[in-house]
Amino acid sequence: MHNKLKAAIIGPGNIGTDLLMKMKRSAWIEPVWMVGIDPESEGLMRARDMGIKTCAEGVDGLLPHVIEDDIRIAFDATSAYVHAENSRKLNELGVVMIDLTPAAIGPFCVPPVNLQDHTRNLELNVNMVTCGGQATIPMVAAVSRVQSVEYGEIVATVSSRSVGPGTRMNIDEFTRTTAGAVQKVGGAKKGKAIIVINPAEPPLIMRDTIHCLTEDAPDEAAITASIHAMVAEVQKYVPGYRLVNGPVFDGNRVSVFMEVEGLGDFLPKYAGNLDIMTAAGLRTAEMFAEEAANGSITLPARG
Amino acid sequence: MNLQGKNVTLHDMSLRDGMHAKRHQISLEQMVDIAAGLDEAGMPLIEVTHGDGLGGSSINYGFPAHSDEAYLKAVVPKMKQAKVSALLLPGIGTVDHLRMARDCGVSTIRVATHCTEADVSQQHIGLAAKLELDTVGFLMMAHMVSAEQLLVQAKLMESYGANCIYCTDSAGYMLPEEVTEKIGLLRSELHANTEIGFHGHHNLALGVANSLAAIEAGASRIDGSVAGLGAGAGNTPLEVLCAVLERMGANTGIDLYRIMDVAEDLVVPMMDHPIRLDRDALTLGYAGVYSSFLLFAKRAEAKYGVQAREILVELGRRGTVGGQEDMIEDLALTMARERGLR
Repeated sequence: MHNKLKAAIIGPGNIGTDLLMKMKRSAWIEPVWMVGIDPESEGLMRARDMGIKTCAEGVDGLLPHVIEDDIRIAFDATSAYVHAENSRKLNELGVVMIDLTPAAIGPFCVPPVNLQDHTRNLELNVNMVTCGGQATIPMVAAVSRVQSVEYGEIVATVSSRSVGPGTRMNIDEFTRTTAGAVQKVGGAKKGKAIIVINPAEPPLIMRDTIHCLTEDAPDEAAITASIHAMVAEVQKYVPGYRLVNGPVFDGNRVSVFMEVEGLGDFLPKYAGNLDIMTAAGLRTAEMFAEEAANGSITLPARG
Repeated sequence: MNLQGKNVTLHDMSLRDGMHAKRHQISLEQMVDIAAGLDEAGMPLIEVTHGDGLGGSSINYGFPAHSDEAYLKAVVPKMKQAKVSALLLPGIGTVDHLRMARDCGVSTIRVATHCTEADVSQQHIGLAAKLELDTVGFLMMAHMVSAEQLLVQAKLMESYGANCIYCTDSAGYMLPEEVTEKIGLLRSELHANTEIGFHGHHNLALGVANSLAAIEAGASRIDGSVAGLGAGAGNTPLEVLCAVLERMGANTGIDLYRIMDVAEDLVVPMMDHPIRLDRDALTLGYAGVYSSFLLFAKRAEAKYGVQAREILVELGRRGTVGGQEDMIEDLALTMARERGLR
């Protein structure tokens, strides 16, 4: 038997609530606190109904309880603007911060590609890139681990209902951050990201297209096998991650067409884009917990 | 219809929307020659760059012969009176592209979103307005919503700082009555000093008729392209619109014979295929599908053996929006598999 690591969620919106529902099923992580800024907010009320401690004074309201409740992991589902301060305050108390905002002050984390590097290094802040990044970068990496990728491009198409005001007000942050991670984590020499928002009703399930240009002629058999193996890895934490078509080979172009259906916990199933973020965030925390339990890392000491 | 004495600002699309029909391969020399011809003819505004706007260079939409920056730097300094505009689709291009275009001397930035998603344009419209550029909000696929819904989105763009709002018939689907209703509502409800524009496609051969309806209902800017060079069956053919407007007594400031010559001597010889209403282009207008999907659907037909028309109809049925070019190959693969073709 192992002890679950205790966690706090900052930001009781759609993402925070979906994360909470997933965490309640986790064998490795136990949700203890939900942190918001408005005591009347629906999100905090939902969390209270689910038996979670809540505070409405932001991260400062949580700080006095971190040691007594042995909080080891925090998930920030607020905004890039406040993330840096949240992270600094919690890191000081030895809490590992999993950043679901686009702040990206810590290294990018895409679980099946580079999670283990971060847990082994005990990174105190890891960033979950973007929804489009979580859905597509595993595929870029699946090609680049076979052979050199000159250029990687991803197109994420999401339903209008699943795109919140934060993303809408700063959509450039999505394209920039995702393109950066296609390079840094996906392993493409140059990266590009495109997001398309579609208002169709009923809402469409998140779709992602991944195009890679390989430096030399693509090894079709090896790339196909690598992609199928990577899809299976992602399916471990997002069962609705599906290869719809491809890989298609056309000269040095390799294209993969994906669909991401969520589990439908708090967010509807079509919102695979939000689901893959919460699932990846939780998967990351679980890996820290597993590594701590088997002794390969030691969490910051506490008296 | 009485358009006597109305002032209309025409905006040429042949070097931007026309890039779709040229697979983004117009050379720098061709761009400069055509832009210079339009400038001489008195065209007040000319749009250049990749068909999908700034930052459109991609596998998904096609790599262009030259970068946006190279096109802008080649064309802008050659203009004697014409101003140059650039299009930006948030989600594809960013404010970095916008600043680059401004530094190249662009005077007008047009920020384009799907007709229900105006709130993704706030940072781009805001910056363009702050830079004191002529700032246009461009609501695409406007046939997919009611006039009232379009107005809500137009007001958002106006509130971010746009001084001109476009009703954009990206699919060439609208009938004149719909144009009248939408432009009329925008005209009556937006600020009196906000200009209204209309961008048509010729997929039902209504580019000219719809543009006239738009002018009558209060639009003062009209997009088109010389010789119609544009996505689908092309944009409203400008030399035709000029002739019609001249006969109606509206003022465009354009020399009709000169623009006819640019169309005939420079643009038509450059076409990869005749810009005409073939069955696939007609399907775009009939089914309400984004015009730049045309060549992608034709290529998918050639590669996977599924009729372009069937692919386009299905894309329309699914409510596909501009930018979803990747859906075309994906859908063709699925349809081919279902039919045992693969």
